[in-house]
Amino acid sequence: MAYSEKVMDHFANPRNVGEIPDADGVGEVGNSKCGDIMRMYIKVEGNVITDCKFKTFGCGAAIATSSMATELIKGKTIDEALQLTNKAVMEALDGLPPVKVHCSVLAEQAIKAALSDYYTRLGIDPTPIVGVIKECDHDHGCGCDSCN
Amino acid sequence: MQIYADNAATTALSPKVLEAMTPYLTEIYGNPSSLYRIGATAKDAVEEARQTVANLIGAKNANEIYFTSGGSEADNWAIKGVCKMLKDKGKNHIITSKFEHHAVLHVCEKLAKEGFEVTYLDVYDDGLVRAEDVKNAIRDNTALVTIMYANNEIGTIQPIAEIGKICREAGVLFHTDAVQAVCNTPINVEEECIDLLSLTAHKFHGPKGIGALYIRRGVRVETLIDGGAQERSRRAGTENVAGIVGLAKAMELSISTMQERNQRLTKMRDRLIDGLLNIEKSRLNGSHDHRLPGNVNMCFEGIEGESLLLSLDLKGVSASSGSACTSGSLDPSHVLLSLGLPHEIAHGSLRLSFSDDNTEEDIDYILKIVPEIVAYLRSFSPLWDKIKND
Ligand SMILES: Cc1ncc(COP(=O)(O)O)c(C=O)c1O
Ligand code: FES
Ligand SMILES: [Zn+2]
Ligand SMILES: [Zn+2]
Repeated sequence: MAYSEKVMDHFANPRNVGEIPDADGVGEVGNSKCGDIMRMYIKVEGNVITDCKFKTFGCGAAIATSSMATELIKGKTIDEALQLTNKAVMEALDGLPPVKVHCSVLAEQAIKAALSDYYTRLGIDPTPIVGVIKECDHDHGCGCDSCN
Repeated sequence: MQIYADNAATTALSPKVLEAMTPYLTEIYGNPSSLYRIGATAKDAVEEARQTVANLIGAKNANEIYFTSGGSEADNWAIKGVCKMLKDKGKNHIITSKFEHHAVLHVCEKLAKEGFEVTYLDVYDDGLVRAEDVKNAIRDNTALVTIMYANNEIGTIQPIAEIGKICREAGVLFHTDAVQAVCNTPINVEEECIDLLSLTAHKFHGPKGIGALYIRRGVRVETLIDGGAQERSRRAGTENVAGIVGLAKAMELSISTMQERNQRLTKMRDRLIDGLLNIEKSRLNGSHDHRLPGNVNMCFEGIEGESLLLSLDLKGVSASSGSACTSGSLDPSHVLLSLGLPHEIAHGSLRLSFSDDNTEEDIDYILKIVPEIVAYLRSFSPLWDKIKND
């Protein structure tokens, strides 16, 4: 299993790492049992995501996809951010090994979770706009008690 | 700085071993089964190597050593060979442990599908199987006990002599996967009542793709590879002469320097363990005392193992992890889970394994960079935020 140069670049020099103390939305997805947790912070002005930062516990791909996802939505409108797919994140990274696809799904879900929190804070039901956030979409099927 | 700290995965081929092998790849290319000179010379080399290996593990007779393509084949052959032979006698029960190498576990799983019952013994939190548990698990229909000599991830050395004695007294055959133990700890198949033992050359500076199975005289084992009459008709295939010569040479060199090396490596290992344990919320996996001299396996809470490995690689250190992500699956290592470690902690493991080639300077460097990398990865770990004040 080898990572692309882009993945390694985003792993070695992750963009937008950290927290936004006065964030307008914070979303967290993943599960420590799976070995990946992503937390996204967003700052929204009008309809535009003016800032985005992340904190991630996870593998190289999880860190790189978090970093890339923040780059892809920073400065974009909420509508554009909602359209960001895990596929787009993967393509921007020149691909991921098959077992790492779930990390890109997590990045997509983390953005949606942050937007969901943003709407909730505004008193707006996020589900019709953002959809349902999948906490843990993958089935790693190790058959152990903790996962089943 | 480039440091290879993954000697439990494989080791560098020793130049002296390569030198011993070279003639058998160049001038002496004859088939050992042929009568003419270069065939006979090759045959002599194979038989000399067999005697060397036998001596080095305390086997009574060179004929008890069978060369294989490596550790995986030796494990497959030992377990399938014994079990298939004994099934007809109504013996269809295998005892093994939860943290064996996949070359053992997957064979047992396959035999389970063919009607064998398998008992997977628990491993205690010190990374050791208890001989008493083996004793209690033995039944009238037990065909084989297979327990590894030393674990490949956490380096814990099992109570093999005790288990061997129990099996001998119960009249049950005992196989041990000694792939990680050979050349790293003294082994004597007679004294330890071992009936079958697997080893592989690439773990002790020999070539890859060559190993051996020790089969005690009188133990009946069905063949795994059928064909020609090589290896006394028990394992077909034209001998890997250069590999066999390399295996014996590597083993000879390594065992002759083992005592001195183990003293040096133990000192290095303990300095590294002590230093890394200074990191907050870190732990050593597996017993400290019953441990291979070159093995360090630690967990650092709040970070994930693969990101730690990649960071180490960026700084020139090759290591390994039981993290899910490095195994190509999403599950953390079955070895760490077998010790009772929770998933989130098992994901954050690091294995550093050392050999003759490593120095005190390597330890200095690792002691400098690992705490830095752990602190950096924790600085943006949401899991660390949650657990750091616990
Ligand atoms: C404990 C153990 N058993 C078996 C093997 C397999 O040996 P080989 O790679 O020679 O097939 C290994 C290492 O790869 C090992 O560490
Ligand atoms: S906890 Fe979600 S699949 Fe393992
Ligand atoms: Zn991952
Ligand atoms: Zn699991």
